[in-house]
Amino acid sequence: MRLTCPHCGERPHDEFAYRGDATLRRPDPAAPADPEAEHSFVYLRDNPVAGHREHWLHAFGCRTLLVVTRDPATHAIRSIELAAP
Amino acid sequence: MRYSIFSVLREALRGQSGWTPVWREPTPKPRYEIVIVGGGGHGLATAYYLAKEHGIRDVAVIERSWLGSGSVGRNTTIVRSNYMLDGNVPFYETSLKLWEVLEREINYNAMVSQRGVLNLWHDEGQRDACLRRGTAMRLHGVDATWLEREDVRRMAPFLDFEHARFPILGGLLQPRGGTVRHDAVAWGYARAADALGVDLIQECEVTAIRRDGDRVTGVETTRGAIECGKLGLCAAGDSSRLAAMAGLRLPVETHVLQAYVTEGLKPFLDQVITFGGGHFYFSQSDKGGIVFGGAIDGYNSYARRGGLPMLTEVMREAASLCPPLSRARVLRSWGGAMDMSMDGSPIISKTPLPNLYLNAGWCIGGFKATPASGFAFAHTIARDEPHAINAPYRLDRFRDGATIDESGSGASPWLQ
Repeated sequence: MRLTCPHCGERPHDEFAYRGDATLRRPDPAAPADPEAEHSFVYLRDNPVAGHREHWLHAFGCRTLLVVTRDPATHAIRSIELAAP
Repeated sequence: MRYSIFSVLREALRGQSGWTPVWREPTPKPRYEIVIVGGGGHGLATAYYLAKEHGIRDVAVIERSWLGSGSVGRNTTIVRSNYMLDGNVPFYETSLKLWEVLEREINYNAMVSQRGVLNLWHDEGQRDACLRRGTAMRLHGVDATWLEREDVRRMAPFLDFEHARFPILGGLLQPRGGTVRHDAVAWGYARAADALGVDLIQECEVTAIRRDGDRVTGVETTRGAIECGKLGLCAAGDSSRLAAMAGLRLPVETHVLQAYVTEGLKPFLDQVITFGGGHFYFSQSDKGGIVFGGAIDGYNSYARRGGLPMLTEVMREAASLCPPLSRARVLRSWGGAMDMSMDGSPIISKTPLPNLYLNAGWCIGGFKATPASGFAFAHTIARDEPHAINAPYRLDRFRDGATIDESGSGASPWLQ
């Protein structure tokens, strides 16, 4: 599997550090405490077979955090974008 | 047919013509009291213990492929109970005790070999961790033996004791740990369950779970709809997909774990040995091949095949710990889909749906748990309450903070 970094081009994936599911959103810290939302954010995952959005940090490259959309069953890459454009 | 030395001799004299099929190939009935999804080791063991311990024989195990086609046939066959935490040690020790009587009980040769599992330590921090874990094991009545460097050298003189970065300073041995022939476990449980009247239905993939309000009423499969009184999900690797059919999100990610085997070599490796300087372990099969593995690849994967970076890493660790292995030729590598749970411990539990039960989250260590997993899951389904050994493995422990995190890596399964 090779990932195409928007800054560095196509690179082997072991230059990148995996950071997991990119669809999770931390509950608003200013909002009233919601244990169910916290539980869901910390522990529950969709774990899809296709179209998984995930964070990869280009740790041995430009050190940019990327959002990769990938099919975990085939490793086909659908898109790669900057996490913070 | 009962297997014994006499049946082997009789068939030898009759030209092997009298062997009969080991299990039936039944057509699915429209309804069963209990349906287990997943014909791997855990599902087959669950069906067997449902019939044997609880007298429930109106049971079907449905499997999308052939029996034992998943992780029960893809692991490195190691059994052990050298855990540290209270929630884990009694469960895995129950499993090891069941392994010790399994073959007699089911009349099937699973080649249980208690050759010992040896964890090496390479610095003072690892020494303290091993000492602590060994002490926890002995407090639970589990066997653990402390080894100094020269003890290890006598057992395994071929290791690199003088390694500059990871010199071998000692080890923690569990003498009752060892290996079991993995496929034979699936076949043996399948045969024993079938003999007690359980229907084993292969090439039957679940496509939907039927519900009536909170209750599960059955499953739709590629071989038609099957109704059930209770439904047990036991398909680690695909647990999230199945649970989603019932409207549940699980604390699980699916990752790939690779394993490797070399060409057959003369016997030299008596134990299962694990490297403390990384994630590498190896043992020698009865055919002579060195069976070894390392960590998961580290990103979500349902592919059941791994990548080169982890393969390269494991080979490096192999040559580092045991330099002669650098000359051995690797015959095969393969991968299995792992249910990586958010605390590294499994889930054998009731669920928010009253007649749906979940067996999942086995991470990289499900094989050794096969007998206890089946035993405890059968108890949970039959009695509608967990057995004492799987009470800590409830699904809602993540909600109230009672996680069992042996490695301390938190809700980041790719780091386990």
